[in-house]
Amino acid sequence: MTDKPSQPIIEFSNVTKRFGTLTVLDDFNFKVAKGEKVTLIGPSGSGKSTVLRILMTLEPFQEGRLALAGMSYHEPNGKGPFKASEKHLHQIRSHIGMVFQSFNLFPHMTVLRNVVEAPVRVLGLPRGEAECRAVDLLAMVGLADKKDHYPSQLSGGQQQRVAIARALAMRPRVLLFDEPTSALDPQLVGEVLSVIRGLAHEHDLTMLLVTHEMRFAREVSDRVCFFDKGRICEQGEPNAIFGAPKEERTREFLQSVLS
Amino acid sequence: MNWTAYLPMLWQGAVVTMTITLSAILFGVILAFVFGILRVEGGPILSKVALCYTEVFRGTSLFVQLFWFYYALPLVGLSFDPITTGILVLAAHAGGYGAEIVRGALSSVSVQQMEAARALNFNRLQTLFRISLPQAVVEMMPAFGNLTIETLKLSSLVSLISIADLTFSAQSIRNITLDSTSIYSVTLVCYFAMSLMLMVVVRVIERMVRRGNAFPRAAHS
Repeated sequence: MTDKPSQPIIEFSNVTKRFGTLTVLDDFNFKVAKGEKVTLIGPSGSGKSTVLRILMTLEPFQEGRLALAGMSYHEPNGKGPFKASEKHLHQIRSHIGMVFQSFNLFPHMTVLRNVVEAPVRVLGLPRGEAECRAVDLLAMVGLADKKDHYPSQLSGGQQQRVAIARALAMRPRVLLFDEPTSALDPQLVGEVLSVIRGLAHEHDLTMLLVTHEMRFAREVSDRVCFFDKGRICEQGEPNAIFGAPKEERTREFLQSVLS
Repeated sequence: MNWTAYLPMLWQGAVVTMTITLSAILFGVILAFVFGILRVEGGPILSKVALCYTEVFRGTSLFVQLFWFYYALPLVGLSFDPITTGILVLAAHAGGYGAEIVRGALSSVSVQQMEAARALNFNRLQTLFRISLPQAVVEMMPAFGNLTIETLKLSSLVSLISIADLTFSAQSIRNITLDSTSIYSVTLVCYFAMSLMLMVVVRVIERMVRRGNAFPRAAHS
């Protein structure tokens, strides 16, 4: 995959996503530049998590075009709900990592194995090398001393930090965060946010973050997108969106979450 | 003649019962995993085949299955000695129930686990063997424990195809001594002792599986 400098790494063109009769994304257009850090905010049910789930190929979409660094999700003669072969989806997924709201660590594996398993099985890295990198990543999220623990022995904040290390171990170019702190006790939110903040300085890593932490969104994002009813209602630099929102609905939403 | 003189005969019967039960459970568990996995992951055709297998063996009487395999199989040129027939039928029966246990446990692994596996780009087989099965096995253990005891008790039916198991020996001794109460009391105790032993083994295996997994549930089980 070769990137032209001007080419967006993510490009939704007129994408429509329906669950039965419910339209979640409606003629949706959205571009993200390589290395950009974009935060998606908006009321629940406005389609922001769906954007991430479609990107991760956890959900198919019905109409429009989606491309990752120029590679289309749908194949010309692709079959099934994803209109693509498993091999093609595998290739797309190899560029993307995802951090889930409920962490989703594998409960039967130690922290180290959680981080090592996919690089060894999927990327084919030698176990020793994968373990070295895993230990580095765990050190980066501040959990090197927990590598032999099981997820059930960790706090929510620690589990989420392991989940971030696990996603990074696959060396994604795009990292998706789906409400990474929403399931955490308030006192554990900070430790996860500070790890994400550290990643925001990685120049090459493209980040999409769905969150309700408005102050954090303002601090780390290059761009904030306000979602409403399956479309981006307003977007811009954090200071513009939070400081002087143009749309009435954006103002209402921000008032309701910030007050 | 005192029935105690026949205890060696009863012991031999108990050995036969234990052999048949253990073999049937071993093969039954293998069948359970094969067909249970096919039910979930077999695609449109193989999952139907697995469904047929489970429904046929769960839906017909073990008694009739035993006789059918004993008398009908030789007609198509497949002739086994009674013990092998007994083991095969019991195994197929246990496998039918076991496949449902495996299917149920596999389906109980959360969607979130599947999504995490997908996001990490594991393929279907890797997801099955590395993510779902290890978690599902823990869920299966209590049900497999029941199935083990059930198989032990059902194994008494093999006496009907002239296998000298514990039940068969008990009946023979009773026919000679006519002392029904004593002989059946001892037989009951024998079955109970064997089921206790099997239960202990199942518990040990269950504990090993749980320890290997370190689930939160393990702490208060």
